[in-house]
Amino acid sequence: MILIISLCKEKLHELEFVKPIEKIVGKNYFVKNYKEVGKADLEKAEKVIIPGTSLKDFEYLDNLDQFSWIKDFSKPVLGICAGSQIIHLIFSGKLVNDVEMGFVNSTFGNFLGIKKGEHKVYALHNKSAYSDEFDVYAESNPLHSYHATKHCKKEIYGVLFHSEVLNPELIENFVNL
Amino acid sequence: MKLGVLFSGGKDSVYSTYLARKEGHEIACLISIFSENKESYMFHTPNIKMVKIQSEVMDIPLIIGESKGEKEKELKDLENAIHEAKNKYKIEGILTGAIKSVYQASRIQEICSKLELECFNPLWQKDEFDYLNELLENNFKVIVVGVFAYPLDEKWLFREINEGFIKDILKLNKKYKIHPAGEGGEYETFVVSCPLYKRGLKIIDKKIVKEGENSFRGELFIE
Repeated sequence: MILIISLCKEKLHELEFVKPIEKIVGKNYFVKNYKEVGKADLEKAEKVIIPGTSLKDFEYLDNLDQFSWIKDFSKPVLGICAGSQIIHLIFSGKLVNDVEMGFVNSTFGNFLGIKKGEHKVYALHNKSAYSDEFDVYAESNPLHSYHATKHCKKEIYGVLFHSEVLNPELIENFVNL
Repeated sequence: MKLGVLFSGGKDSVYSTYLARKEGHEIACLISIFSENKESYMFHTPNIKMVKIQSEVMDIPLIIGESKGEKEKELKDLENAIHEAKNKYKIEGILTGAIKSVYQASRIQEICSKLELECFNPLWQKDEFDYLNELLENNFKVIVVGVFAYPLDEKWLFREINEGFIKDILKLNKKYKIHPAGEGGEYETFVVSCPLYKRGLKIIDKKIVKEGENSFRGELFIE
């Protein structure tokens, strides 16, 4: 069972940021808002996906304590955009202003089934975060942001771009890990 | 939240409005751009003047922006109209009917960011067939008012989106890659009735205008 954790302050935004992930995951998932995630949900989940939210929604940054479970979580986690910011911040990462909107070129190493080389990704963020505990697998070209990262010891993945819009196979590959 | 809708009168902007209302948001105004360029990258143009009537039957005020439809410059025209909506109706966010177009969506996101407004795209990445079926389930009567891609022709004009339409568009999707919801500009629509309208619209006359080899517009006369 995949746990999809919504970061959206406004329910209407879930149609834009959570529903497309549900469509890709297909079945065997459940959705919870980050404020409602409990111990039982984390035990039930085999994997966790944390999708992004809107450009003006930063409520999750004031509630990072709700994500402290990530540090000791032993199952795979994928953070997308704001979700990626969260996993880096939980591992003492630094948040910076970083604007990318629309299609962006990204240089990949092999990452969740995306082959090494140049790929087009869809970005929609005005902040990013990076922790030294993560290895970098993709960066924007010309270099602007780290686009894909993985924790050096754990199965915790972060993508700054919206792979649910372009490159959905990345999410499928995470689900099939 | 108080929202302004980027409104063309077609199914996508009307259905987005319906979804936002259902979630309890206040629709403070409709924002429509009248573009002189019928092949505008940003704005849908068929029957756009009908939005005045739609604004009346929904009882939502309308802001009209005008644009020559020159690429990139039309973005400034849109920004000006949104800015006017922010000043006049104190909107806190913009609602769009974007489904797949990254070009449209990312440019609107940039404008919203600049004007410090939220941006909602409730149809984003939605499965097109699920979407067309949802329109029927929610009592949206939608007709085609423009066709702009082979093999769509004048016979498709004024067709209602119903089960037969969905079957036929599925065939064209498989054979010709026609986007089932017309997001690629293959066809455009007008909402004749829906739960947001306080009264029904009556079509009293219609006319077909040929604009090119594979381009037909349907003009509606409504009261």
